[in-house]
Amino acid sequence: MTEEDSSAKMSEDVEKYLNLNPPCSSSSSSSSAATFTNKSRNFKSSPPPCPDHVLENVLENVLQFLTSRCDRNAVSLVCRSWYRVEAQTRLEVFIGNCYSLSPARLIHRFKRVRSLVLKGKPRFADFNLMPPNWGAQFSPWVAATAKAYPWLEKVHLKRMFVTDDDLALLAESFPGFKELTLVCCEGFGTSGIAIVANKCRQLKVLDLMESEVTDDELDWISCFPEGETHLESLSFDCIESPINFKALEELVVRSPFLKKLRTNRFVSLEELHRLMVRAPQLTSLGTGSFSPDNVPQGEQQPDYAAAFRACKSIVCLSGFREFRPEYLLAISSVCANLTSLNFSYANISPHMLKPIISNCHNIRVFWALDSIRDEGLQAVAATCKELRELRIFPFDPREDSEGPVSGVGLQAISEGCRKLESILYFCQNMTNGAVTAMSENCPQLTVFRLCIMGRHRPDHVTGKPMDDGFGAIVKNCKKLTRLAVSGLLTDEAFSYIGEYGKLIRTLSVAFAGNSDKALRYVLEGCPKLQKLEIRDSPFGDVGLRSGMHRYSNMRFVWLSSCLISRGGCRGVSHALPNVVVEVFGADGDDDEDTVTGDYVETLYLYRSLDGPRKDAPKFVTIL
Amino acid sequence: MDEFVNLKETELRLGLPGTDNVCEGKESIISCCNNNNKRALSSDNEKEIESSSRKTETSPPRKAQIVGWPPVRSYRKNNIQTKKNESEHEGQGIYVKVSMDGAPYLRKIDLSCYKGYSELLKALELMFKFSVGEYFERDGYKGSEFVPTYEDKDGDWMLIGDVPWEMFICTCKRLRIMKGSEAKGLGCGV
Repeated sequence: MTEEDSSAKMSEDVEKYLNLNPPCSSSSSSSSAATFTNKSRNFKSSPPPCPDHVLENVLENVLQFLTSRCDRNAVSLVCRSWYRVEAQTRLEVFIGNCYSLSPARLIHRFKRVRSLVLKGKPRFADFNLMPPNWGAQFSPWVAATAKAYPWLEKVHLKRMFVTDDDLALLAESFPGFKELTLVCCEGFGTSGIAIVANKCRQLKVLDLMESEVTDDELDWISCFPEGETHLESLSFDCIESPINFKALEELVVRSPFLKKLRTNRFVSLEELHRLMVRAPQLTSLGTGSFSPDNVPQGEQQPDYAAAFRACKSIVCLSGFREFRPEYLLAISSVCANLTSLNFSYANISPHMLKPIISNCHNIRVFWALDSIRDEGLQAVAATCKELRELRIFPFDPREDSEGPVSGVGLQAISEGCRKLESILYFCQNMTNGAVTAMSENCPQLTVFRLCIMGRHRPDHVTGKPMDDGFGAIVKNCKKLTRLAVSGLLTDEAFSYIGEYGKLIRTLSVAFAGNSDKALRYVLEGCPKLQKLEIRDSPFGDVGLRSGMHRYSNMRFVWLSSCLISRGGCRGVSHALPNVVVEVFGADGDDDEDTVTGDYVETLYLYRSLDGPRKDAPKFVTIL
Repeated sequence: MDEFVNLKETELRLGLPGTDNVCEGKESIISCCNNNNKRALSSDNEKEIESSSRKTETSPPRKAQIVGWPPVRSYRKNNIQTKKNESEHEGQGIYVKVSMDGAPYLRKIDLSCYKGYSELLKALELMFKFSVGEYFERDGYKGSEFVPTYEDKDGDWMLIGDVPWEMFICTCKRLRIMKGSEAKGLGCGV
């Protein structure tokens, strides 16, 4: 239906509805409906009378403007007809845990899905806390949607296991397929990517982020079809194998809509230069290795600065693997326009950072290694007044490495970047003072993730636990939705979190707390808690039991290397039939000989509409 | 069956099982003579423990590297510039489980992080909050009710420190800190 048609029909229907005319002849309703008032009494027993059709039609037209899934979920709860109409009109389905329902249920409820977002493994799987082959296979989903939604356009997967066969089925089943995004996925190789490149003729987005892609020694770039493409975004920085540069260059030339390009480290600086010259319309660029293949001799060197100057639309820069500092200044001309800069794979010193960052007045997102030190953070604080998101990763991710960033840097950022909304900060040492300062200076914070790498480390100035700092964060940052804690923390810190963390949806805890009380505070507080991930903390069955009243309303709870017992976990599973309780060890071994058989290394529980999964590997026990 | 297939094990050569290189000088000759007795001569071990403890006296003991901590994805760890050379070794950490009698939880550590027994023992002491006592070649560990042991490839439980470090790394399957009387039985050699 075109817009004119649908609005014409809508006003016709609304007229009829308001005029309370007898049922229109086109409707297939029965004779039971005489007047409107009678109909309402006969509502349940009679087939849908005309006003209901009218209402559904009106609703359908209204709901097409509703895109937020929270709103749509609310709409679907009003009554059965609203549920039906909403199900007919939902175009994008988001599934936060692929095991919370079966593919059959998805296709039964939603009939016109064009876009699917699926998340698989829980986040702690990224840190080797989960044995391989745990699950989260994409196969059953692609098989079901291939039949049910031939018009599917977009698939976005995170932490899923995707095979080449899955990608082949996707490419064959969806002729209008436009966007594929794979974040932290594995199980496929360049051959799967080649099939997608070749068969998805409408492809606009092919984004591979931090995924493991096996090298099938295939020139996948040459598999894109001849002629002009629809490509708008191509990200392959995680593909750890060389590519056919000539084919890439040709692809870029025939992709006039390309805005975002993230190359891998096998693209040299000279090659990058060639690409930039051919695609000055780029808005987002991921450089490959930021060093030339050959050491240049004098004037033969390409003018990198000019190439950057020509790309007037660049607002986002990333990559810089294997960079050579002498070339870094080439990006200077784009700095004033940059809104996002990712230096987190480059060992950049404060000295190298300062001339660049001093021009980045518009930056909103900045990722870097702690190699920039407190000094570099001070430079960021001095210039980047629009900063919304900061991530500082450790160059040397060990507990006892040197700590180039500290509370000094954190405090400086809090004083300079008042609009900060999201921070991830790895450090060796921290003070309550600095954390409290941030809580007071940055009231817009929604995400606060502090990782003090030394386990159980107290405030290094006062020697006290970090309770007060995190307490200040939850008290002062009233918009906080995500929190990750670290350092020496007593139960008191958790009493603050439980009491003041009113909007917290995600909480990460490691090596913290003294007793079950801490877990109780959280589970009896934090009314919006959805995702709880805890490792190596002294929480046992008593703490676990204290959350019984809410596990059915949470996405998941992860508890590893804590003090819970099999009996305790079984208790949860018996009490909550719509919660799946998985128990397993970190390396997939059956390790009941060296420790008591009742010991549970990892508990992963989640709500599910369709009961326990049938694809659990041997090492997983579903209680 | 395997004995016939894996002839390398029966091959006569200088050097202890588990080491591919030829060991130098006196150490190897003495060790060969004691091949069937798993507790090798003290002098070598004591020297090694002494020298590694001298090394660690100057720097604070390295903490045991816990699996998945700090929480940095391996994709990121492997891609940070100039870490490339190191990460090739780091990628193949020798992870073994450590349990302690009476403690309800297991730990995993990466043996390749340590240069010798002294570092390893210090790390275990910190991790589980106990002390090992003093090591004696004949009598094992004295002065503490805790005894650090390990299970080797043959399934035998051995005292940590009994064999040279390189051999230990190759043959150790898991560690167990025994407590009390059970530990005493391991004190003496065969």
